Amino acid sequence: MNQWLWLIPGTPLLGSLVIALLGGLLRREHIAVLACLAAAAAFLVVLLAWLAGAASQPLQQTLYTWVAVGDWRPMFGFMLDRLALVMVSIVSGVGLLVHLYSVSFMAEETDQRRYYFFLNLFLAGMLLLVLADNLLLLYLGWELVGLCSYALIGFWYRDPVCSNAGRKAFIVTRIGDTALALGIFLLFSQFHELSLSALLTDAAAQWEKGSALATVATLLILGGAVGKSAQLPLQVWLPDAMAGPSPVSALMHAATMVTAGVYLIARTHPLFELAPQTQWLVAAIGALTIVYGASAALAQIDFKKVLAYSTISQIGYMFLALGCGAYALALFHLTTHAFFKALLFLSAGAVIQASRDEHDINKLGKIGHHPPLARWTFLAGAASLAGVPVVTAGFYSKDAILATAWSAPAGPLLWTFAAFGALLTAIYIFRVYLIVFHGAAPQTSTLSLPYPMSVPLLILALLSIISGFIELPEGWPGPHLWSPWFEEELGLATFPSLTITYMLQLIAALLPFIGMGLACVLIRRERANQPLPLANFLRCGWNFDAFYQATLARPYYALARGLRGIVETLLIEGALTRITCGLLAFATFCRKGVEYNVLEVSISRLVATLRFAYTLLGTTQNGVLSRYALVISTGAVFFLGYWLW
Amino acid sequence: MYWLSVLIFLPVLGALWIGVIGRNKTDFTRWAALAVTSTELLIALGLWWNAAPNAEGYYYLMRVPWIPAMGIQFLLGMDGISLLLVLLTALLGPVAVLVSWHAIKQNWSAFAALLLATQTGIMGVFLSLDLVLFYVFWELMLVPMYFLIGLWGHERRLYAAYKFFLFTLTGSLLMLIAILGLYFIHGEQTGIYTFDYFELLQINLPGKTELWLMLGFFVAFAVKIPLFPIHSWLPDAHTEAPTAGSIFLAGLLLKTGAYGLLRFCLPLFPEASLDFAPIGMTLGVIGILYGALLALVQEDMKRLIAYSSISHLGFVVFGIYAWNQEGLNGAVLLMLAHGVTTGAMFAMIGMLQERSGTRLLTQLGGLLSPLPRLASLLLLFTLSAMSMPGLANFIGEFLVLAGVFQISAGFAFAGALGIITGVVYLLWMYQRAMLGEITVQRLWTDLNRRETVLLGALALAVLWLGLYPAPFLDNLQIPVTALIEAKNAVPTGSINALR
Repeated sequence: MNQWLWLIPGTPLLGSLVIALLGGLLRREHIAVLACLAAAAAFLVVLLAWLAGAASQPLQQTLYTWVAVGDWRPMFGFMLDRLALVMVSIVSGVGLLVHLYSVSFMAEETDQRRYYFFLNLFLAGMLLLVLADNLLLLYLGWELVGLCSYALIGFWYRDPVCSNAGRKAFIVTRIGDTALALGIFLLFSQFHELSLSALLTDAAAQWEKGSALATVATLLILGGAVGKSAQLPLQVWLPDAMAGPSPVSALMHAATMVTAGVYLIARTHPLFELAPQTQWLVAAIGALTIVYGASAALAQIDFKKVLAYSTISQIGYMFLALGCGAYALALFHLTTHAFFKALLFLSAGAVIQASRDEHDINKLGKIGHHPPLARWTFLAGAASLAGVPVVTAGFYSKDAILATAWSAPAGPLLWTFAAFGALLTAIYIFRVYLIVFHGAAPQTSTLSLPYPMSVPLLILALLSIISGFIELPEGWPGPHLWSPWFEEELGLATFPSLTITYMLQLIAALLPFIGMGLACVLIRRERANQPLPLANFLRCGWNFDAFYQATLARPYYALARGLRGIVETLLIEGALTRITCGLLAFATFCRKGVEYNVLEVSISRLVATLRFAYTLLGTTQNGVLSRYALVISTGAVFFLGYWLW
Repeated sequence: MYWLSVLIFLPVLGALWIGVIGRNKTDFTRWAALAVTSTELLIALGLWWNAAPNAEGYYYLMRVPWIPAMGIQFLLGMDGISLLLVLLTALLGPVAVLVSWHAIKQNWSAFAALLLATQTGIMGVFLSLDLVLFYVFWELMLVPMYFLIGLWGHERRLYAAYKFFLFTLTGSLLMLIAILGLYFIHGEQTGIYTFDYFELLQINLPGKTELWLMLGFFVAFAVKIPLFPIHSWLPDAHTEAPTAGSIFLAGLLLKTGAYGLLRFCLPLFPEASLDFAPIGMTLGVIGILYGALLALVQEDMKRLIAYSSISHLGFVVFGIYAWNQEGLNGAVLLMLAHGVTTGAMFAMIGMLQERSGTRLLTQLGGLLSPLPRLASLLLLFTLSAMSMPGLANFIGEFLVLAGVFQISAGFAFAGALGIITGVVYLLWMYQRAMLGEITVQRLWTDLNRRETVLLGALALAVLWLGLYPAPFLDNLQIPVTALIEAKNAVPTGSINALR
């Protein structure tokens, strides 16, 4: 199996290559089928990897040395351990479903070639990121994912809103990427090594717990993770990313892109364990982002923006778990979230498309003709997101994180944030469900969805419900398969004592129901035109955009313009002009002063002197014979006299 | 090896041939120029194929006495660094001819002759190892380039050509003085008056003298690279030059400056260069950020790419003065990558201008729908310019930064800001030119076969450099090791002339 590992990122990559180079020869539908086949092939290889026992024995493959300069020797090498195995399963599985869904959803689009090229590349980039066995290859996948998000968010490029959103996503995540790059440089300068496994063992061996270098290195890695996973303070790109097609949002929020940061921290967790301060910071960022995202989602009127802020908030839970050292639980929530968030986006997409691209939830409620399947699957996703106890997957994964947060340093504080976030989650998701699907208009639609759309929705709905049963909460009888399976690689989470755990579980189980009630209250108030206090502030995502615009974007442009005006025009060009003018003035002076006054005058004097001499001499040969005779005779007399005397 | 002189003289002979019999035979001239440049490329590839280094890492050497009385020889040599740059020069030759195919409307034979003469000059610069010979070629490439800009350029071509000539000439005069200084000091010390590079490498200079001589060389190279604040000729020259001229300027002429640093400044004056390294790195980082900032506020696409060249060459200088394995390898690889990427960018802007009649971003927009092929290739090269992993610029840039990080984390941090600033201006450019609603309705024609083949070849080069740079990096092992040995040979605690 080892030698086939490259096929996992390779098949979607090949798919995108074929689409890019030969897409012009294919018909539109065939391009879609080709892309789906590529995604399916990747998923198939992942399944084969499971069968081949990748779960018990990590698989490895090295293709070739990418760059070889001294110790800087990144390989094109892949490693498939349990962490990577779970990730590639989710990425390729959800990716396949999204591809399938796109076949119908994007059928009317003219530019299928571009869409499927980037969709396949997106998948390939994420799979590459997950499978990379060294930091540089990981960075390649990391950037590829960023590029594809740029291209797909801005897919409808004619609309400046879309292309601006794509550009914003790329630039904001690039800020994080730069931090990650510096982290790579730091690790390399310390250990002269890029391979992940070697780096992590070296670091554990050479760095002491809490050492400054470890802290700096983990902070830089965290910077990268925060950018890609849209956590505070780099979360601003994600809400705008809604400008892309719905399947893209589903892919980006569930499987590729935003989970990359979580994966990165889980992958480098030995480093984070050497830097307890950073690790706590991860938890704190997570806790803050939970409340941030959930509160902003509360006031949205754009259907997809609710889900976008919800993603920010849910990734916050994963960060909280990472910060508490519960890496397996973070991954558990990542998995269930991938299912229910993809489900929510895809069903929301179906609803929006059926209503002629209407995004406003109030208007959607008034239209009311929503495909029933989309409604039920959305409800399943919403229940899972809210964590309705016992029957949904979201309950199991979120509950475990809440419980483990309690035992972290300053745990009760973190828990309070997380629990408050859980309450808000229930409120906003049921608010949006009730407004859209129980609006003014009666639900009489019998609109059915085509199979490529309905099958993924049903599969995801099923997974959103049952995937939690793999790991029941701490202290419950029943299967506990997830955490122990990961114990070797990621360690075990710590939980508070059993009584406290039960208490916390009880509270967590009650929160969704309280949230549902509050959602009804909220809707009633909104219908009575009494919106939330601070609704505008929340809707704008706490005005982060305006803040960054004022403090970063505008000053940057102003600096550039200032440099163009002052340095380029005034100083450099000015100095040049001055030098040229000076030279010209000097030349003029030379012409006037030296050339004219000195040279001209002296030359003309010389000429005058010569002319005078010439006239003098000229008189000696003026042709008057008598004067010649006189001069000759005078001379003769003179010489004669001299000679005789 | 007489092949080296073939490399140098083939283009100029071609230029004579075309110049003499090509008048008013435009079609013939085009094909003849293409034939000459392609032959040149084939020869360069053949030399690469057969390269086997001697102990000093030189693949080919050629030594013929020229003016023995003054110790001037016709000494050519090719090591790994010059091989790579010769390859780049040979590659951009056919590219420059092909992009000018229909763009140059008048006097094709003179144009082709000047283009080929420039190529001779550049080849000579990369191959000569006698300082007088080097100086001759250094000046030689200037003259035809001056006429290329001045005769076939755009609106402000005369001003730009004049400025270009003055700047570079001033710099190179300082270098001439330094060369003569080196010659006489070496003569006095050893009794052998020679301009031979290998002889001069053995020279032992007192601190202050070494610094001044180094500065003489440095200024000449800094003008060419160009470094802030003597970059002012570059945006004008790049913008006003015809497309082929811009390709040669950005792709090759700028590289001669960086090559000069590697070939002469560092090995001849290791102590002074080591003292100078922090200043060099500062100038590099200023270039990176300044170029990126200025590129953001340009309306003319060519001017924008010109400023981006300042930014990228800043990285090259950054890596050179980091003076370690990663830095030097990265700098040379980035030179190649920048040559290909920026050459392609200028070619594409030329094609855009042929179609739309403008290079102004304010008048372009929405061209992705009528010109999908052009737009996707432009995206590829734009991504390479913003150092997307897997494409050409990335490996060079990352190596440079990794190298600098080992010298100073602060410098690396400042340079890494260039990763962000690059994205900002390049994406803004791409969006304004290609995305949005189309502004001008006309009959657009996408890339034709000649253009597709040309850009496809460059795209392949970009991917090759980005995914499998080993065939290029292998050539750098010996020269880079030699440079690092020169650095390590500097006695620690030697008198620091700068302090």
